[in-house]
Amino acid sequence: MPMPPRRIAIVWLVLLGLLGGNILLAYAGLGIAAPAVHIVIAAAMAALVLLVFMELDRGASLFWVFAGAGFFWLAILFALTAADYLTRYNFAPTTGG
Amino acid sequence: MSEHVLEKQFADLAHQSETAELGIWGFIATEVLFLGGLFCAYTVYRYLQPAAVIEAARHTKIVIGSVNTGVLLTSSFFMSWASLAARAGQSRLLGWLMLIAAALGVVFVALKGLEYAQEITEHLWPGQHFSLDIAEPREGEVFYFIYWLLTGIHALHLIVGICAVSVIARRAMRGEFSAAYHSPVRVVSLYWHFVDIVWIFLFVLIYLPGRGA
Amino acid sequence: MTATTVVELPHPHGDSYLTDGTTISSWLLTHDHKRIAILYCLSITAFFFIGGAAAALIRLNLLTPRGLLLDAETYNRTFTLHGVVMVWLFLVPSIPTTFGNFLLPLMLGAKDLAFPRINLLSWYLFVLSGLIVLGGLIGGSVDTGWTFYEPLSSGYSSGALVVVLFGIFVNGFSSILTGLNFVVTIHRLRAPGLTWYRLPIFCWSTYATSVILMLATPVLAVTLLLVAAERLFGVGVFDPTHGGDPLLFQHMFWFYSHPAVYIMILPGMGVISEIIPCFARKQIFGYHFIAWSSVAIAVVGFLVWGHHMFVSGESIYAALVFSFLSFIVAVPSAIKVFNWLATLHKGSITFEAPMLYALGFILLFTIGGLTGLFLATLAFDEHVTATYFVVAHFHYIMVGGMVSAYFAALHYWWPKVTGRLYPESWARFAAILIFFGFNLTFFPQFILGYLGMPRRYATYPPEFQVWNVFSSAGASILAIAYVLPLLYLGWSLFRGERAPANPWGATGLEWQTASPPPTDNFPRTPRVTRRPYDYPAPAA
Repeated sequence: MPMPPRRIAIVWLVLLGLLGGNILLAYAGLGIAAPAVHIVIAAAMAALVLLVFMELDRGASLFWVFAGAGFFWLAILFALTAADYLTRYNFAPTTGG
Repeated sequence: MSEHVLEKQFADLAHQSETAELGIWGFIATEVLFLGGLFCAYTVYRYLQPAAVIEAARHTKIVIGSVNTGVLLTSSFFMSWASLAARAGQSRLLGWLMLIAAALGVVFVALKGLEYAQEITEHLWPGQHFSLDIAEPREGEVFYFIYWLLTGIHALHLIVGICAVSVIARRAMRGEFSAAYHSPVRVVSLYWHFVDIVWIFLFVLIYLPGRGA
Repeated sequence: MTATTVVELPHPHGDSYLTDGTTISSWLLTHDHKRIAILYCLSITAFFFIGGAAAALIRLNLLTPRGLLLDAETYNRTFTLHGVVMVWLFLVPSIPTTFGNFLLPLMLGAKDLAFPRINLLSWYLFVLSGLIVLGGLIGGSVDTGWTFYEPLSSGYSSGALVVVLFGIFVNGFSSILTGLNFVVTIHRLRAPGLTWYRLPIFCWSTYATSVILMLATPVLAVTLLLVAAERLFGVGVFDPTHGGDPLLFQHMFWFYSHPAVYIMILPGMGVISEIIPCFARKQIFGYHFIAWSSVAIAVVGFLVWGHHMFVSGESIYAALVFSFLSFIVAVPSAIKVFNWLATLHKGSITFEAPMLYALGFILLFTIGGLTGLFLATLAFDEHVTATYFVVAHFHYIMVGGMVSAYFAALHYWWPKVTGRLYPESWARFAAILIFFGFNLTFFPQFILGYLGMPRRYATYPPEFQVWNVFSSAGASILAIAYVLPLLYLGWSLFRGERAPANPWGATGLEWQTASPPPTDNFPRTPRVTRRPYDYPAPAA
């Protein structure tokens, strides 16, 4: 019976642990902080998959650029869209004149 | 050992393999924007209707969702192991590992199908017969619109992945891959992990809101 | 001048990529990037004339204030067809899929693109998308304009809309795969010695275009999917009666569609950067600036989409940010224009057809670009938004700029692609006629817009008629002028003089192999030791 390489086995267990932790925290009643906490844990899990399972940490720098470009451009979509929604309703319009 | 076709535009097999890997990373970048766009729509809607989204999300099936997440993470583990086995030239071992990963993918799809069937009987399919017992059911209906679209697109990606992985696994069982040539394994495994990452985010956005008492 | 050994193959004219296999299936199943380029060229030409026919109907209709030919519903369908076909079936693919496909491996010294079979798949997806889109547009009554705004698109327009959206979705796939192919090819298949700063500017522009193709198109795909799903489910995330926001559609749609206009213009700028140094016989001025300005346009172009939404209801603070960024994005384009002019300065200029088109491009693109700054100004945009000022602005860039660049490329590389020389006098005549017809068509539209004529209306107040008549007259001249190249270029295929490897005496690897090239492009992989545009270069 072949043994799995240690590094990825450990990462797998950590991922399951983070998953369990995230689910438990969902029931813990974090209130307003809940979305941020959950996303951060999800991001940590995603980073582990990217770096270890997808071997990005051993990859050529061009792979980092390609992987990063997707997320960076997605951030542009989120940020400038947010610029509209966050300022549309939250600031009282000035009266005309 | 079958012949590896070295295409004329490449200097050698290593050149061809690295180029294929760059190609799949590029494709993954485009998928980040495709799925990400959907996540952006979710985020905006949740910003506009936070109470309704949270209440509606409480009615998702967290047990199936959590089990499915574990299933996918485990399938990624086997896929990663397969990729390492490929580098070590263990073609038959990697074939079995990929088949296990694909099988776990099938388990995911089966559980998802069960979940979908339950949700349809509970009238959670958007449209004329939609019904949800929350304070703002019209907004809840939009949450489920996003739910079906997001999970459906994910499932389609997964099914494509299962097919691709099965094809490559079969080639691996026939001993086609070696330490010098295994780029198809690399390519499908990167795709597979990406589909897993999508689900990791999807899980927290769809299943976890509203659970706190 | 690049140091390669063979300039012209001692071959009988049965030994090029054109003659390497003469059956239909050798064309339809080819992996050769050059043949795929020609397949694309035939397809987009057909789509161009279909979109052009719609334009002809529009200009005919607008000859009289009450609308000469079409009722409102049909008029709406006509400009929708015109926009959809021209944007996705002509402009977006045009230069990249034809000249990008043909030239990129040649300019890089490679035997083909990185993924030749994906290249063929891209073409099939493109043709399929065209058939689906046309089927939906002609068979149904889609009247939303090419922008498919909510809630008209999901709630009120025709059911055939879903077919059209699906077609564009497929088209997007084609674009994404082409962009991916080009990016990977430029990274991985450059010949020995061909560093990034020795690349022709056309490669830099193609790279920047391809980045946009890859990163913007997926968002369009998901946005159109959301609209189609909203139509099919009857509920969606853009629906205000369900707590959604129709403006979110516009955010997501323009996130793609603004960078899309840079997809359309960047390759044209790359072409101009190849032609100006050649026909001024001078080293290009400011190579690094022009190269990086392409990258800057690609990046900053993603930050300005809200300028399409100034009066739609977005927050005034977001509008300010988008307005400011829209001014910034003009800077790299201006850098290019200044560098082209500086290249011309004290050059030995000759006026072959490619150069005529290139000079026309510089003038018309500048006018179009400057009027973009007018539109980026919030106060002015309030006045002219959704008028013919906007229509004139983007037609100056797309038709005056982009189509001129396409014709410039067509004439410049015609000898290389076909192995024939075109008749120069006819080409010059057509170029001048196009320039004249174009300006007569679209300059009056700036005036109309400023005077307040709204766009997308089948009728108009009578005081606007004289300018509309000028515009339609210009359009009829333009239509004839566009048919001329079809005729004399077609003629040259059979009767044109055979072309040498380098008829223009240009630099660049593509001129170091035969016209037309052999299937594998070069007899031996070239090795590059000099910078590009090392004019004056000896004639072939």
